[in-house]
Amino acid sequence: MNAPAKPRLAVWKFASCDGCQLSLLDCEDELLAVADGVEIALFPEASSRMLPGPYDVSLVEGSITTAHDRERIQDVRAQSRLLVTIGACATAGGIQALRNLRDVEEWKRIVYARPDWIDSLATSTPIAAHVKVDYELRGCPVSKAQLLELLAALLAGRRPNVATSSVCEECKARGTACVLVAHGTPCLGPVTQAGCGAICPAYDRGCYGCFGPKETPNPAALSEQLLALGMDRAALGRFYRTFNAAAPAFGDEAQRHDPQP
Amino acid sequence: MTETTRTIEVNQLARVEGEGALHLAIDGGQLTAAQLRIFEPPRYFEALLRGRDCREAPDITARICGICPVAYLMSSCAAIEDLCGLSVPAPIADLRRLLYCGEWIESHVLHMFMLHLPDFLGYPDAVSMAREHGDLVRTALRIKKAGNGIVALLGGREIHPINVRIGGFYRLPTRAELAPLRDELAWALDAAEQALLPLAALDFPDFERAYTFVALRHDSEYPMGRGRLVSSDGIDLPVASYDDYLTEHHVRHSTSLHSRTAAGGVVHLGPLARYALNHDRLTPRARAAAQAAGLPPVVRNPFRSILVRGVEVVLALEEALRLIDGYVPGDTPAVAFEPRAGTGYGATEAPRGVLYHRYTVGEDGLITDAKIVAPTSVNQAVIEADLRHYVEPNLHRPDAELRAVCETAIRNYDPCISCSAHFLKLTVERR
Repeated sequence: MNAPAKPRLAVWKFASCDGCQLSLLDCEDELLAVADGVEIALFPEASSRMLPGPYDVSLVEGSITTAHDRERIQDVRAQSRLLVTIGACATAGGIQALRNLRDVEEWKRIVYARPDWIDSLATSTPIAAHVKVDYELRGCPVSKAQLLELLAALLAGRRPNVATSSVCEECKARGTACVLVAHGTPCLGPVTQAGCGAICPAYDRGCYGCFGPKETPNPAALSEQLLALGMDRAALGRFYRTFNAAAPAFGDEAQRHDPQP
Repeated sequence: MTETTRTIEVNQLARVEGEGALHLAIDGGQLTAAQLRIFEPPRYFEALLRGRDCREAPDITARICGICPVAYLMSSCAAIEDLCGLSVPAPIADLRRLLYCGEWIESHVLHMFMLHLPDFLGYPDAVSMAREHGDLVRTALRIKKAGNGIVALLGGREIHPINVRIGGFYRLPTRAELAPLRDELAWALDAAEQALLPLAALDFPDFERAYTFVALRHDSEYPMGRGRLVSSDGIDLPVASYDDYLTEHHVRHSTSLHSRTAAGGVVHLGPLARYALNHDRLTPRARAAAQAAGLPPVVRNPFRSILVRGVEVVLALEEALRLIDGYVPGDTPAVAFEPRAGTGYGATEAPRGVLYHRYTVGEDGLITDAKIVAPTSVNQAVIEADLRHYVEPNLHRPDAELRAVCETAIRNYDPCISCSAHFLKLTVERR
C-alpha cells in the first residue's frame, strides 16, 4: 500500500544572510519530525538532493537585488502552490534596501575595484513587489516558533496563527517593565510587530524594529516621544532605517525626519 | 578516460552557506583552470555603514552572516573599542568568550554532522543519514542545541543576538541564569568526545599541502576574541597591521574579493590554522581528544578538518563549563565611552577563521569608512589551490568521482559564501 504523498517543501535563497533558513536547522528538537511530515524536495543549504518542482510550499528567504533574481522569483512562483516569505529581507527588502535611498553606482565603487564587473539592481525589493505571496513571516531573523507554527498550519490545511499586534503586547505578557517609560530608553516596540517575544526590553535595551511595522502603526506619535527624549532627527531617521528600512511605515517616518540620509 | 571533450555541470553545490560556482577546465589531459566562482548578489555592507553611528556597527554587521553573527558582533566591537581606546574588564571578556564558545559549538557541529559528514558516509543530507545513523544525528543535534543554549541565553536569541554592544552587554546574566546550562554542556562534552571517535575512522583522501597558516594567538588562551596575528611562516603582528600583511584583489569570477600577502602568497585560515599555531593552548580534554582522534600537532590534510573542528568543539565545551563555573557578574554590563574620531582595527576567530574589521569614524561618531574581510573570502584562493592540487593527479578518475571529492574538498572549508556569494555551479570541461 502506498503511503499518501507528503507535501513537497522547497527552500529558496535570494540576497540574504541565510539566517532565516538556518532557523529551520536550529529547530534541533523538531527538525527530524518536520522532515518526517514533509518531503524536503529542495533545500540546498541542508541537502545535495535537489528534486524538480512543482512544490506544495516554497519558503523564500532574501530580497530581489539582481536582474537574474528578478527572473528567478517568477520561476519559483510558477512552481509553487503556496509561497511564503521568511524574514525581513524577503518581506521588506532587508538591510540591503538602504541602497534604495542612495546611488548604488557609488556604492559599487566603494566596495569593488572593478564596479563594471558587478551586476546589481539599484534597489533591493521584497518578494511581494514581484510575485503574489501567500504568507509573510517577519523578523531579522524569523522566530523559530512562528516558522514551526506556519509549517504545522500549512500541513494541517489551516491558517497560520501569527501575531499582528505590537511588541508592547509581548512585553506586557512577559512582565517586562516598559524601558521607554521607566528608563527613557528609545524603543520601537509600540510600532513594531510582535513575534520575537519582546527580547530586547527583557535584556534592558529598546526594540530596534527587526520585525518591521505592525498593522496600523502610529510612528509619528512615537517619534514625538523619541524627540522629547533628546534624539536628534538624523538619529531618529537611522533608528527607523535598519533591517526594515524599505517597509513604508518605517521608511516614510524616517524620511519625514531625515530626508537626505 | 579517453574522450577529448567533456562537460559536466552540477547546478548548485549544496550544504554550504550561500551559493557559488566551481569551474574546472581540462584541456588535452591538463588542468587549465580551477576557479571558485562567487556570484552572490553584493549587499554593499562596507558602503551602507558609511554615515551610521559607530555604535550601530555590531547589530548591522551581524546581518552579514546568519551562521556566525557572534563573530561579526565580536569583531566590530573589537575594532570600535580599539578606536576608542576601550578595554573591557575580565568579567565582560569572559562572557564574550562564553558567547563565542556557544557559536563555535553550534556552528562546528552543524558543519561537521549536517553539512560535511554526509559526504563521507554517502548521503545527500543529515536527515537521510538519520535513517541509518539516528543516534549519531540525534546526539549531534543535542550537542548543537547545547551550544545554541549559550547563545540564546547570553545573546537573547540564537541568530542575530541582541544583547551585545560596544563595551560589553546590555544586561549581564546572573549566576542562577547560567547554572541550568551546565548539566547539558557537561553531557555534551562527554558526547562530543565519543562522537569524534567514529569520525576518526572515516576514510580520508591521502592528501596534504604545505599551507601558510594564519590565525590569532593570545598569551594564555586558545584564540577566539583576541590576540595577535601570527602565521606559520613567522609573522607576529598586531591586528592593526593586518592590511600590511594581506591585501584584497578583485577577480572577475567572484563578487567576493581575494586576499594575498604582499609577496603574492595564499594563506589558509580556520580550524587547521588555529590548531597548528595554538596547539600548546588547547585545553587538557581537547588535547586528549586530538590524540584519541590520531591527530598530530599540525594537520595538513584539509579533509581532516572535520576532526579538528571536533577537537575545537571539545575545547569550547570545556571552556564554557569553566567560564560558567567561574562567573562572577561585574558591576556594570558595559564600559561607558564616548565615540571619538580615528581608525580602529579588530579581528576575532570566526568558526571559519580570522574575521577582520576596520572602521574610520569622524568627530560626530559616524563611520566614514569600513573594511570587512570574511574568512571565506581569504580562503577562496587556497580552496582553488587545493582543487588544482587534488584534481591534477586524479584527472584519470571518472567525472562523477572527481566531482564528489571536489565538493567535499570545498566543504572542508565550511565556506560561508552568503558573506558574499550566490550560485555554486560545478562545471568540468574536458577538451
